[in-house]
Amino acid sequence: MADTQTVEHSALAHHFDNMEQQREAGALGMWVFLVTEIMFFGGLFLAYILYRYTYQAEFAAASKELDWELGGINTAILICSSLTMALAVYYAQLGTKRLQIIFLVLTMILGASFLVIKGVEYKHKFEHHLFPGIGFKWATARDRYHEGEGGQYQGDESAGLGQSNTPQPVSGETHPVPNAPGSPDPYKIQLFFWIYFAMTGVHALHMIIGLGILTVLVLMARKGRFTSEYHSPVEVSGLYWHFVDIVWIFLFPLLYLIGRH
Amino acid sequence: MSEHIVPKKIYYAIFATLLVLTGVTIAVAFINLGPFNNIVAMTIAVIKATLVVLYFMHVRYSSRLTWIIVGAAFFWLALMVALTLSDYLTRGWVAGPR
Amino acid sequence: MSIIAAPVAPRTHYINATYGVKSWLLTVDHKRIALLYLASITIFFFLGGAFAVAVRLELLTPPGDFVRAETYNRLFTMHGIVMVFFFLIPSVPAVLGNFLVPIMIGAKDLAFPKLNLLSWYIYNLGALFTLIAIISGGVDTGWTFYTPYSTNYSTSNVIMTGLGVFITGFSSILTGLNFIVTVHTMRAPGMTWFRLPLFIWSNYATSLIMILGTPVIAITILLVALERLVGIGIFNPALGGDPVLFQHLFWFYSHPAVYIMVLPAMGVVSELVANMSRKNIFGYRFVAFASVAIAVFGFLVWGHHMFASSQSVYAGMIFSFLSYAVAIPSAIKVFNWTATMYKGSISYMTPMLYAMGFIGLFTIGGMTGLFLAALGLDIHVHDTYFVVAHFHYIMVGGTLMAYLGGLHYWWPKITGRMYPEGWARFAALVIFVGFNLTFFPQFILGYLGMPRRYHAYPEEFQVLNVMSTAGASILGVGLLVPMIYFVWSMRYGPIAARNPWGAVGLEWTAASPPPTENFDVTPVVTWEAYEFRPREEMEVVGNGEPADEPGRASR
Repeated sequence: MADTQTVEHSALAHHFDNMEQQREAGALGMWVFLVTEIMFFGGLFLAYILYRYTYQAEFAAASKELDWELGGINTAILICSSLTMALAVYYAQLGTKRLQIIFLVLTMILGASFLVIKGVEYKHKFEHHLFPGIGFKWATARDRYHEGEGGQYQGDESAGLGQSNTPQPVSGETHPVPNAPGSPDPYKIQLFFWIYFAMTGVHALHMIIGLGILTVLVLMARKGRFTSEYHSPVEVSGLYWHFVDIVWIFLFPLLYLIGRH
Repeated sequence: MSEHIVPKKIYYAIFATLLVLTGVTIAVAFINLGPFNNIVAMTIAVIKATLVVLYFMHVRYSSRLTWIIVGAAFFWLALMVALTLSDYLTRGWVAGPR
Repeated sequence: MSIIAAPVAPRTHYINATYGVKSWLLTVDHKRIALLYLASITIFFFLGGAFAVAVRLELLTPPGDFVRAETYNRLFTMHGIVMVFFFLIPSVPAVLGNFLVPIMIGAKDLAFPKLNLLSWYIYNLGALFTLIAIISGGVDTGWTFYTPYSTNYSTSNVIMTGLGVFITGFSSILTGLNFIVTVHTMRAPGMTWFRLPLFIWSNYATSLIMILGTPVIAITILLVALERLVGIGIFNPALGGDPVLFQHLFWFYSHPAVYIMVLPAMGVVSELVANMSRKNIFGYRFVAFASVAIAVFGFLVWGHHMFASSQSVYAGMIFSFLSYAVAIPSAIKVFNWTATMYKGSISYMTPMLYAMGFIGLFTIGGMTGLFLAALGLDIHVHDTYFVVAHFHYIMVGGTLMAYLGGLHYWWPKITGRMYPEGWARFAALVIFVGFNLTFFPQFILGYLGMPRRYHAYPEEFQVLNVMSTAGASILGVGLLVPMIYFVWSMRYGPIAARNPWGAVGLEWTAASPPPTENFDVTPVVTWEAYEFRPREEMEVVGNGEPADEPGRASR
């Protein structure tokens, strides 16, 4: 390893005294940023906890509509991507250019696959009229619940569901008529899907950003920027990627596996 | 974060554990344990997250400051949830003005 | 005896180091970024002030004859949003903090200079969205955006404004992130935690709040925007949602936000009081820990905004108790500042006048907060002018005074020029009188029952309202005076010495204004915070003193 004390590294920024300080600051900065991300997702988790606690039956019924196999595969994909990311950091620490790039690219491929599968899931939901607010109808392919009973929770404009752009005052139009005592209230079912799309959507957005970051890393790695002395962008991006994985680790059981028993 | 380089073997071990735990989560979800379903699922999720944090994110080999930061984040989240739930869970406990 | 030195020959410093608009708009120098922020927030301060003028004009007469009710709703909403998010929250950290934090700890810059510049651009982007929202009619929900009105019923530009606030929140987050990392990793050798100036402790504690709280309001605004677009009812009780959930999420940030607004101001006051009394702060460690305690406790009390919102009474009791607890560290600080002044050698220059104003007015504001924290009493004064007066005493009587005091105190360091002391004292007095005349009557109005956010009111409240508006005009005039003389001083003010106040702190060892790199040689700190020495010794030239060698350029 080169002696960083006597030779000023080309990547040393003007305001730091040495590479060690720079690296420490970079890592600390990413951790502090991840704290903000935890609180950001935290707000969504709070909403989830509250509504799940309040509407347990509806949440269980709605969760069954989610495709747990695809969700499970996605979970496995993300775990694999965490491994490849950890290995990319490993080879960056060793300064091995070829393997760095291979594992960064593998991570990207896995991340992209996750997003593709997510897209397929979203498409399914849309086709089954389970997209909140746009054509939402609580009638599954198994036709367990009747459409038209009480009428008001169908996905037409006048009922207050599926409103677009300008919200209309909803009073007087939307007291939902439940099908029968004990059957799920479609509004509350829709609430589940709203939370599902909000949480997985924000998560997917973070994945997309992660892919962007990885792209930049691959380009930098190809230029040979990462050596055993300087590789903190890879480390720091690894932290971000693992965090996004952790969020999914919680999302999967909370969204896909309620009431399966 | 120290420059400690984690051996690949550990990464593979953690990876395998994570996959196994995911499988367990799914399998248990289909068994009726009543209120424990939730607890088991969340416990496994916490274990998985902890493994990722400690080994993939190198926190096991990091400074005390990093530990404090990670701890503080989850603590703050817990605070937000707990105090909010203190409202929802106690509605009706104490009679308000009639 | 004038302590202002004779003019020195021109030398290079951060202002004249490079020229051209690009060198400012693409700078990574924290000092220049501080000035960029100064420009932005001053503009928004006057915009928010303009809305206040309109509000107070309407309130001169009992009937709603100046504007319609709907318009009035937009006026006070825009006043609140602009002042809170675009002035108060950034003010001390983004202007004084950005400028001083690196210098006070002996560093060359913040940890992430480019992120610092990015945060300024993000601020302006958010500000732009908000401006667009204002121009196209504004928002009428109140700055608190309560649901389901904001999500399902309001026809104003909620999404656009929300987007503006959302984006600007990231500016806050980046600033906080930068400060935390900087203070942890870039302190000069010998600058231990307990040798740090209390201004640093305050900004550090503030940064903790920014990091932990701002993301929550970000997600809340996002949920409101999504709700407006899709109308699911997450906050609408008619559809199974809970509006109180919004309030929990909103106030989880917005209460700590008020500590974001006041903590840095307290940090300024610590500096002003210590240096202008030429005495070590009484109970340094207590004040330092109190800052962090305020940040932590501040997260535990948000429910006190929701006593009347059908929150559970049990939770209300918990939040009420915790709200009393959070007053304790603030009170400790007030005692310590006062004790510092006792038997100090006080110089009644303008910064000290503002600091003393802060201590008195913050105490009044804080004590009325205790009234509000009491469950029973809060039911009586909730949503009345009592609340309005309370928070204005803290935010204007507190934060604004400290901000102005800090601007005056560090003006010679920032610009290399002195402001005119006579005019400054005059303005401080006018501001103090105007402020109290504006807001003290509002305590009485609120207690007598005048509700807030109403544009028309019963006849019997008119006298107090007229007093309040009169005070507001005086306050407005008083605030214009510093604008004028600060601008004037940048060109015509007397050139300032390196340390015109004989103060202690690393910033006073750097030149006025400092070179771009702050210090030519990284200082090694061997003295405790606020170690005062006789004035003659303070002028000794030491490390980082290029001023006495005219023509010597710094890197």
